[in-house]
Amino acid sequence: MLQAFNFRIILEYLPLYLQCFTVTLWLSAISLLGALMIGTVTSIMRMSNSRLAARIAGIYIESIRSTPLLAQLYFLYFGMPSLGICLSEEVTGILALTLNSGAYMAEIIRAGIKSIPSGYIEAGIASGLNYIQRMRFIILPQAIGVTIPVILGQAIVLVKDSSLLSLISIMELTRAGQILTSERFMPAEGFLTTAVFYLFIYYILKGLSGWSQKRLIFRENR
Amino acid sequence: MWEYYLKQLIESLPLFLRGLGMTAAVSGIGILAGTIIGFVAGIIRAGGNKLISFLIGAWVDLIRGTPFLVQLFIIFFILPEMGLHLDAFPAAVLALTNLSACFICEIVAGGILAVPTGQKEAATASGLSCFQQLRQVIIPQAMSTILPPLVGQYVLLIKDSSVVSVIGVIDVTRAGWLTVQRVPEGLMVFGLVGILYFSICYPLIRLSNILESRLNLGG
Repeated sequence: MLQAFNFRIILEYLPLYLQCFTVTLWLSAISLLGALMIGTVTSIMRMSNSRLAARIAGIYIESIRSTPLLAQLYFLYFGMPSLGICLSEEVTGILALTLNSGAYMAEIIRAGIKSIPSGYIEAGIASGLNYIQRMRFIILPQAIGVTIPVILGQAIVLVKDSSLLSLISIMELTRAGQILTSERFMPAEGFLTTAVFYLFIYYILKGLSGWSQKRLIFRENR
Repeated sequence: MWEYYLKQLIESLPLFLRGLGMTAAVSGIGILAGTIIGFVAGIIRAGGNKLISFLIGAWVDLIRGTPFLVQLFIIFFILPEMGLHLDAFPAAVLALTNLSACFICEIVAGGILAVPTGQKEAATASGLSCFQQLRQVIIPQAMSTILPPLVGQYVLLIKDSSVVSVIGVIDVTRAGWLTVQRVPEGLMVFGLVGILYFSICYPLIRLSNILESRLNLGG
């Protein structure tokens, strides 16, 4: 198979791959930002004193974590129209990715918040900061700082999960592989090229994750 | 109209149950085989031979760095070009086995490396053979670090098994996809799909949490 591997076809389809690569990048970036926001809000709700808020956040997190992303994606894709809400494929895809990743982010950030020594919170109360100020200036900056390596790990998962969006016909990396396969009957060229692009993103994020972890350990030892 | 769709959905319930059986079969076989391979690979990886560790590490990076969907396509579409024809079911099981083995290998290697080296030295000093050391000293202690993330990983793998619906394996997700073509009530159909997955995964998530709190207290 390898001797028959056709690099010229890949060159010919390279513009398509690059275009789809940028689509994967921006879809993942928007979803990551959204997931961070939802995750922060949900983790605060989960840990709040209000029973109702904690309960809602708990149900959201558990139901997302117990069902596959593909089922969630189809739920939105086939379900929204029956509610009378018509969203484009891109918006549906971003929504599914954001909601899915948001639940995992919430758990990650919650662990980060829990890891902050209570002395900081008490010092904040003693300084006269109110709840929102304590969250904004003391707790969240530290909680997110500590969890950056884990958040980057979740970002890797998110980029990989975005491949499922090809199934609702969004033109992203996996779709590019499918197109090359179906137009030229060359699955090896199509999907291995796709895999190389994903590996590229993976190694960058993995490197960043390792680097930030080193920085954290260095800061703690200082 | 709504009641009519609900009736249709109830009529297609056998399809969903067959799909549930297929999901159980694919993820059951895949996870079982993956656990065995993953444990062997993890033990070898923690063993210390640089070259073998590097090779296993490269394999882990390849699998962790690419989406399961792409791996599935590679196995399902490219292996036939190399002369190995696989039906959808074996291809799905093979892909899921490979994926589980990769993640479980990492968990096992991490668990073994977390056992203090003094334990291994003491076992060597007591004259235990390599296999005896593993079986009687290292693995029992490593299990408390391995078990909680292992169960959590099982949940992720069962959820990943939904992707095999794409190559035509009729699992729960595929059953939902087929039904939604006739019953255009996506919320209802995929709500049912979600409930079926939830009924498998939620107990496992709880089990993982319980194991984590128990074993942390014990250790």
